Amino acid sequence: MASSLRIDGLRAGYGSVRVIHDLSLRVGEGETVALLGTNGNGKSTLMHCIMGVVRPGAGRIVAKLDGIEHDLAGKAPHQIVQLGIALVPEGRHLFPRLTVDENLLLGAHRSDARRRIAENLELCFETFPALAQRRDQLAGSMSGGEQQMLALARALMTAPRILLVDEPSVGLSPLLVAQVIAKIEELKRRFGLTVLMAEQNLAQAIRIADRGYVIVHGRIEFEGASREELAKNDLVKRLYLGL
Amino acid sequence: MEFWLTQAFNGISYGAMLFLLGSGLSLVFGVMRIVNLAHGSYFLLGGYVGLTTVSRTKSFPLALLSGALSVALIGLGMERLFLRRLSRQSLPQVLMTMGFALVFQDLGLLVWGGDPYTLAVPAFLAQSVQAGPVFVQFYRLFIIAVAFAVGIVLWVFLERTRAGASIRATVDDAEMAQGVGINVPLVSAGVFALGAFLAALGGVVGAGFIGVYPGLDFEVLPYAFVVVIVGGLGSLPGVVVGSLLVGLLDNFGKALFPELSYFTLFAPMALILALKPTGLFGKR
Repeated sequence: MASSLRIDGLRAGYGSVRVIHDLSLRVGEGETVALLGTNGNGKSTLMHCIMGVVRPGAGRIVAKLDGIEHDLAGKAPHQIVQLGIALVPEGRHLFPRLTVDENLLLGAHRSDARRRIAENLELCFETFPALAQRRDQLAGSMSGGEQQMLALARALMTAPRILLVDEPSVGLSPLLVAQVIAKIEELKRRFGLTVLMAEQNLAQAIRIADRGYVIVHGRIEFEGASREELAKNDLVKRLYLGL
Repeated sequence: MEFWLTQAFNGISYGAMLFLLGSGLSLVFGVMRIVNLAHGSYFLLGGYVGLTTVSRTKSFPLALLSGALSVALIGLGMERLFLRRLSRQSLPQVLMTMGFALVFQDLGLLVWGGDPYTLAVPAFLAQSVQAGPVFVQFYRLFIIAVAFAVGIVLWVFLERTRAGASIRATVDDAEMAQGVGINVPLVSAGVFALGAFLAALGGVVGAGFIGVYPGLDFEVLPYAFVVVIVGGLGSLPGVVVGSLLVGLLDNFGKALFPELSYFTLFAPMALILALKPTGLFGKR
């Protein structure tokens, strides 16, 4: 079940605009690691680098799965998904004109997951009962909270080992944010996932994070070895509470 | 009455041919956002290959198959070897497809010469029958049947299969389609080949109907664009409605106001775009 992620000296950007500068971080086996930072600091770019959507300029991204190291930099997104890495993207990015069922089935693109589609679908509907009643509804016609749940369920359909969650709280009411965060924790425990979660909402993120990093302008400015350390840190306070 | 029925029948059968031409263009644009100006060339080349096949083998089904498949391979080569290098650069892409269209035009002239040809269709399709006041040509019925069958197969493929869902997902959100593990470059290549296949199939069918001759490529291209723009880019129901509308408008326009034939085609398009800029069925 061992799965972990290691990033060393990563540099990435778009054209001549450098977004991430020499960034290194670790996500250990079974950990939930929070990546904290306000908008425009490179959180999503980092996620896209891990998924192979953005090609890094330099550095290594290594996923260790069952003792085998896989170098992700240079791999195509579908190959990275195939290894067992799934992304719940910022803004959910469902396929709005496809039904709930179709969104979930497309999540199961990994060959491991394809063999267990029926089983995984059942798990999804058990974990997200609200979706079970909306299987034929178009994803774009659901509420924001339901869409976020569907985005999580879709990632779950790949039967991932490492789950990347990008800003799950965006556009949701505080009550829904709390529900989504609790769901991520539930999924992690239930399926033994290793989770890297980028989030702006500090209070919610540290509810489930084992530890975390603060990213500022594409650099890791602080590493908190525990959630207490994160909550007490001056930089975190300044960024989030304006103190 | 006889005039209206005859023109309506002719318009619908012409629309059926336009459906074969337009569906591929719409699909390619929907998935890859490529405006392919060589799409008319696929129609032309399909017609020529079908013509040669019939003259060599006397087999019409073989002509349909060889025309469509050989041009699908050309489309595949164009996408994999050339257009892929310009991914997401729309202007260079358009210019490249324009270049290909010109090359195909000259290639057609070089291989098949400058004479117009009509593909010899099987005898039973060359018949016609008097149905009430209307003179029904079997070949026009055949075109409608082909378009209908292709439409059904396309619909089932897109709406009811996993590969079809992958294509629709790529239309909706290409980046996220990659993110869930869909091999988007593979989907793109497949769709491009399918688009060329459909256009060339239309070309073989059309060769027994409007013929095949130099300049046909750039003659049908605006029709293909009107069909998909009126219907809404990337929408299959849009292509159905667009091709019927354009087929009927073109036929009635040419019959009633022959001196205004392009006007009766483009004026309604301008009007539809003014009222609904995304086309009748377009979402974006």
